[in-house]
Amino acid sequence: MNASAPGDAELPRIPTCGRVNATKATGRRLGVVLMLLCALMPRAWPASIEERIAPCLACHGERGQSTNPEVPSLGAQTSAYILIQLFLFREKMRRLDIMNDAIKGFTDDDLRAFADTIAKLPPPPPTGDPTDPARMERGRALVRQYRCNVCHNGDLAGRDSVPRIAGQREDFLLKTMREYKASIRAGYEASMAEVLQPVPDADILDLAYFVARQP
Amino acid sequence: MYKARISVSKLAVSISLGGLLAATLASKLFAQQAAEPPPPWKQGQPAAIADSKLAPIAPPPLPTAPDKLPLDKLKVKTGFKIEVYAAGVPNARTLRLGDKGTVFVSSRVQDKIHAIVTKDGKREVKVIASGLYRPNGIALHKGTLYIAELYQISKIEKIEDNLDNPPKPTVILGDLPKDEPHGWKYLSVGPDEKLYFQVGAPCNICIPSERHAKIYRVGLDGKGLEVYAYGIRQIVGMDWHPTLKQLYFSENARDWLSEDVPEDKLNRVTKPGKDNFGYPYCHQGNFADPEFGWGHSCSEFSKPVALLGPHAAALGLKFYTGNGFGNQYRNVMFLARHGSWNRTVKIGGDVVVIKLNGDGTFRSMEPFITGFIQNNNYVGRPVDVLPMTDGSLLVSDDFNGAVYRVSRTGGRVAGK
Repeated sequence: MNASAPGDAELPRIPTCGRVNATKATGRRLGVVLMLLCALMPRAWPASIEERIAPCLACHGERGQSTNPEVPSLGAQTSAYILIQLFLFREKMRRLDIMNDAIKGFTDDDLRAFADTIAKLPPPPPTGDPTDPARMERGRALVRQYRCNVCHNGDLAGRDSVPRIAGQREDFLLKTMREYKASIRAGYEASMAEVLQPVPDADILDLAYFVARQP
Repeated sequence: MYKARISVSKLAVSISLGGLLAATLASKLFAQQAAEPPPPWKQGQPAAIADSKLAPIAPPPLPTAPDKLPLDKLKVKTGFKIEVYAAGVPNARTLRLGDKGTVFVSSRVQDKIHAIVTKDGKREVKVIASGLYRPNGIALHKGTLYIAELYQISKIEKIEDNLDNPPKPTVILGDLPKDEPHGWKYLSVGPDEKLYFQVGAPCNICIPSERHAKIYRVGLDGKGLEVYAYGIRQIVGMDWHPTLKQLYFSENARDWLSEDVPEDKLNRVTKPGKDNFGYPYCHQGNFADPEFGWGHSCSEFSKPVALLGPHAAALGLKFYTGNGFGNQYRNVMFLARHGSWNRTVKIGGDVVVIKLNGDGTFRSMEPFITGFIQNNNYVGRPVDVLPMTDGSLLVSDDFNGAVYRVSRTGGRVAGK
C-alpha cells in the first residue's frame, strides 16, 4: 500500500490515481481499470505528493479550508505540528479510525513530506458567519486571560510545534478543547489537557467563537 | 483536595501581584486570577512578561537520521572522543544496562521502551514494550525490567531472555496520582533492593497535596510504600553514592521567577524519611519563595550539595565507578543538563562532571560534553548518562532520538 515501498522504482510508468489521461481506446480501458483500482487502493502506485494528498483534501478542504463539520482546516498549519499529529495517528497514540487507517504504513519520510506540503496551503479565511461584537470582546479577553497568545502567538497563527488556531472551524475548536478538558485527547506533551482542565464550558464556547473569527 | 490547593495558590499569586502593582490594577488582576489559575507551567509568571515567547520545547516525534546527527557540533573534553552508539531510538530518555549487555532506553512522550542489542559487532534497536503511558522511568535489577509510567509501576521478568517476544508488563504498584505536570517518573533500585521514585509537584509552584512532591520507596513486589524524602519539585535523575550509599538526585527548580534565580539543585538524602528539600517554600537552599516562602526560613530545610544553574534542567546522573577514564574519574558523577526553556539565553545543553569530597560534599563541576546549544537553539538535548562495563559512557538525546558513546582516545591523552 505504501507508495514508497521498496521496488516501486521498477514498476512501469502508469497514470496515477490523481491524473488519469485516457487519450486512446486502450488508454480509456486502462483508465477505467485504474479508476476501479484507485477506488480500492488509493495509494497503489507512486504519485507526486500533490496527488497523494488529494484524498486528504477531499475531507479537509481543497485549499486547506474544511467545509465538513468537526473536520479541521489544515491550511498554513505549522509543519512541526502536523508531523506530530500524523505520527501520533500512525502510532495510534491518537485514536481516530479514519486517520489511523489513512496513514497506516506511511514511512517517516512520507509523514515529513505530507507535513511540509500541507503547511504550504493558504491559511483558512475566518468564518463568514455573523459576528457578535460583545462575544468577540469576551473571547479576546479570555485569550489573554488563559494566555493562549503566549504559545499560539499574538495572531494565533502558531509557531513550531504549537498549532495555528486562527480561522479554524469553530465546531472543531470546540470539540478539541472539550476533549482536552475531559482528558479524551491526551496530547503529545500534556500542556493543553492541563491548560483546559479548569476552563468552564461557557469560556470554551467564547474562545472557539473568537478564535474561529481570527484572520 | 485539588480544589483546595488551587485556591490557596491562586490567593497567594494574586496577593503577591497586588503588592507589585498599583492598587487599581491589582484588584482587576485579582478578579482575573481568581477566575481561573493559569496553566501549571505558567503559574507564578509575572504579568509584565505575559507576552513572553518562552514556552516548553516539544521534542520532534521522529528520530534524526544517523548522518544528520549533530556529532560535529558536540565537543568532548580533550582526551576523549564521542561517536554515535545508536540512532533511531525515538525520544531516548533513561538509559539502563542489563547483565547481558543490553541497553534499555525509555521515552517520555512516546509509548515505547527500546532495547539496543549488540550482536556480531552490529547494533540493533528493538521495541520491547509499547502502548505505555509516559514510561520515562526504567530500572533493571537481577534480570527484571521495572517500568514507571505516569501513574503505575510494572515489571517484566527475565527481560534479556525474551527480547524478541517479551511478555506484557505486570503491574506491581498502581493508583499513583495522574497529574500530567511533572507526572513522568524517574525510577531507581537502591542498595536495599527497593524501588525509588518521585511524585513531582503537579504545577510550577503551588502547595502540593499530601501525595505530591515526595520521593517514595517501595518493595520490588510493590508492597510497603513509604515516603523517603519531602519537599521536592521534580526529579529526573537519581543514583547511589558508591561508598556512602546515599541517594543523590537532581532537582529542577521553579520557573518564571527570574532569568538567573533559582538554580537547579544537586541534593542528597542523609536522613531517610525525614529530609525536606524545601519546595515550595525555599529554593536553592538560600532563597525563600516570594509567594510561598513567607513564614519560612531556608534553615528549616535540607541544604543542596551543589547548585546546577538556573533553568538548566539537570536530569540524569550516574557515579562512574569504572577504570576506563583513568584515576581522576574514579567515583566522579556525570550529570546531563537537558537545557533551559524558561530563559532568554539558553543554558545547559551539556554533560558535566561533578567531583565530590570524601564526605560527599561538593568539590567541583566542569563541562565534559558541550555543544548541544548552537546560536541559542538546540541541536540536541542530553537526558541521561550510563557508564558501560567497557569503561565508556553512553549519553541519551531525546531531541534527536539517539544514544552517543564517549570513550578515551588514548593517544591524545599520552601527548598531553
